[in-house]
Amino acid sequence: MILAVAAPAEARVKIDHWIAESGARVNFVESHALPIVDVAVEFAAGSAYDSGERAGLARLTLAMLKAGSSRYSETEASRRIADAGAQLQENFDLDRAGFALRSLSSEAERKSAAQTLADMLQAPLFPAEAFEREKARAIANAREAETQPDRVAERRLYALMYPAHPYGFSETPDTLASIRREDLERHYRAHYGSARAVVTIVGDLDRDAARALAEELTSRLSKGADSALAPVATPPAGATLRVAHPSTQSHVLLGVAALSRNDPDYFPLFVGNYSLGGGGFVSRLLREVREKRGYAYSAYSYFLPYEREGPFLVGLETRRDQAREALELARSVVGEFVMHGPTEAELKAAKKSLVGGFPLRIDTNRKLLGQIAVIGFYRLPLDWLDEFPARVQRVTLAQIRSAFARRIDPSKFSIVVVGAPD
Amino acid sequence: MVPARAALFALALASGAQANPHEFTLPNGLRLVVKEDHRAPTVVHQVWYRAGSMDEAPGTTGVAHVLEHMMFKGTRRFGPGEFSRLVAEAGGRDNAFTSTDFTVYHEQVHRDRLPLAMQLEADRMANLVIRPEEFAREIKVVMEERRSSYEDRPRALLIENLLATAFAAHPYKWPTIGWMQDLENMSWRDARAWYKQWYAPNNAIVVVVGDVEPEKVLAWARRYYGALAPKAIPARKTLGEPVQRGLKRVTVKAPAELPYVRLGYKAPVLRDFAKDWEPFAISLLAELLGGSDAARLHQVLVRERRVASSVGADYEMISRGPGMVFVEAAAAPGRSGAELEAGVREVIAGIAAAGVTAEELNRAKVQLLAQLVYKRDSFFAQALELGELGSSGLPYRGADRIPERLKAITAEQIQAAAARYLVDDGLTVAVLDPQPLNPRPAGAAVPGVKH
Repeated sequence: MILAVAAPAEARVKIDHWIAESGARVNFVESHALPIVDVAVEFAAGSAYDSGERAGLARLTLAMLKAGSSRYSETEASRRIADAGAQLQENFDLDRAGFALRSLSSEAERKSAAQTLADMLQAPLFPAEAFEREKARAIANAREAETQPDRVAERRLYALMYPAHPYGFSETPDTLASIRREDLERHYRAHYGSARAVVTIVGDLDRDAARALAEELTSRLSKGADSALAPVATPPAGATLRVAHPSTQSHVLLGVAALSRNDPDYFPLFVGNYSLGGGGFVSRLLREVREKRGYAYSAYSYFLPYEREGPFLVGLETRRDQAREALELARSVVGEFVMHGPTEAELKAAKKSLVGGFPLRIDTNRKLLGQIAVIGFYRLPLDWLDEFPARVQRVTLAQIRSAFARRIDPSKFSIVVVGAPD
Repeated sequence: MVPARAALFALALASGAQANPHEFTLPNGLRLVVKEDHRAPTVVHQVWYRAGSMDEAPGTTGVAHVLEHMMFKGTRRFGPGEFSRLVAEAGGRDNAFTSTDFTVYHEQVHRDRLPLAMQLEADRMANLVIRPEEFAREIKVVMEERRSSYEDRPRALLIENLLATAFAAHPYKWPTIGWMQDLENMSWRDARAWYKQWYAPNNAIVVVVGDVEPEKVLAWARRYYGALAPKAIPARKTLGEPVQRGLKRVTVKAPAELPYVRLGYKAPVLRDFAKDWEPFAISLLAELLGGSDAARLHQVLVRERRVASSVGADYEMISRGPGMVFVEAAAAPGRSGAELEAGVREVIAGIAAAGVTAEELNRAKVQLLAQLVYKRDSFFAQALELGELGSSGLPYRGADRIPERLKAITAEQIQAAAARYLVDDGLTVAVLDPQPLNPRPAGAAVPGVKH
């Protein structure tokens, strides 16, 4: 990573932005300190673009891009990646689907790895045999997930928080079983167009090489239509769901749809949450739940911003027989915070930590890639990272109180307890 | 296809020897190792105590890790929680972890705040206060941690059972987090005794990686750590493990869907960078078995035979105690645990019998060498490497020799290592026997099953 000036207040991340011939958006940070190139290619093709009855199609489509393309069979593709010393990772969440490719920057290795990824993205074949195998694996994994208390809790919580929005969908053995190979082709054609593609490049190559790389990865994509995700309706009335499970602990999750990526309340909520449940040992939740009472190993809250209102989540795991007390405690800590906000001293400490700790958010190429991929995908301003410390610094107590009061209504929390006390 | 040899050449250029790291020893025995890296204005500070769960005794398993928790509970100078509060206000992150071999405390901070991290760590190296009431709360937290990470995680239970079965004598047989019964019976006095025994400058290595000047770091280390008095650290006995004379097996029943197996083969670890070749061969063996989608286990068991839905292999060549190669696999739908295990063992036996191709070996070399390059992206990963070497009694600069030693390994050596170590006599098989989530309701007729 390159920081032209080392002092944190003056640190600048120089992002080069352009639109590829195909129309794909590209962001590039040049850094020659290590012989590594990291590239991410992501599409508006996450699970939000599933339909309820075929939930799992988006994830399966992404996985199947690796299963054979016009130039390389599945085996050839995986060997080419490995032979170049490269690492290919699937990136998948509610909004985004794509790959991150890490390779050596030496020309032959970099190009071989990039060509392989380029063909996966632009000319996948979705071979029938591999499809049946991957589908069976996905079904098995969904069944496995149904036995794991943490994953059960998460799936049920999202369904409660988003009763009428694709953010609430989750794959089940049944929805996966209904997916046919043609669905993948259709999903691919609809969602893997250049208008929905974002390329992020960090590392040891010059601008010309970065341009060529972005072209290689996107020039054969169809244009496609830009994404349009339905808005999230006002959160439903709060509800509590208790799910039986033989686990020794109750898994307790609370959540409510709250925050989108481009939200004007982003900084007040983000900074405020540090004192509530985002700052580890210095946050109220961990102090009350763990330090004072020994109820749990971890207790946290965080905002997970997406294209549309992503959730505000609160969670903990505790021995079954004290789950009621722990849940009530967490609710009262959150309720108190929403009503009164942090103290002056807490806000001051939060700012010191977030501003002083900013360099740690970008001190590896991999972290930088993640940050810039978010900037690119959500069309945040290119100086978003540079402005981050100043925007944290400007947040006031009044803004935090107002934002929490307007955005978080504790009576609307969806609550799931898996492994609930009888 | 790009020949893997070309990548090997590129890697040779990428990993040249450097002036780093810089080593110092203070008069009180504290060892300091500093690696300069000026890519970002941050620094990682880690304190490694050469005391982990392998230094524990039956009855107090888990005490190394419990003490790690207590290290955040205040000193004569700072109250409970002050440590983390001061690091956080300095924009830093702090945490700690305990393993079989050592206990590590770490801070990541802006380079200007390194002295604060050193001051705080030096303080709790000598001045910890263990309050019985704090201990009483924290031991509950540790039990919750054990429930979260083991009791409700079938595959973690399987690892625990595998190690408990594989080792007859060596302390690697108990889990670092400790047995639940030992946690229930633990007293604050056990934690205090552990602290008194092992926490001293002459049993610690301080590792600093980042945007720093070694001479300045040394000056700070002298100021903060230099005044601490050394202790008499008990002599360590060499802990051995009797030779295993045949396959061992353990079954774990837990709620799950897919059968899952984990195999552990006894294997050597690295003791001498110049002489030992087997650990390098075994590292490559693990990589070409399970390192990527192109590796043999995935190719054969997931893609071709569809016996497995996921596979992996793992080997750490640096360790204080005996080594082990692990292979894991989850069954494909409809496949039994027995079919899965047979498939995995057949692939492994195939290597001992027929060896590996030049293409496979080169691919594994390229992958491992590239991973060494990628490790340089993270100050934290580089500090971990230095701490592991130092705590395991190996020279820091040994890391510079890893690429050449890996490159020199031949296909014949891979086959020889497989034939010697990946054999049934040193094997422990752990099988997860999936249980239904909802047992049949009481009263339902279940033919042939008794309560």
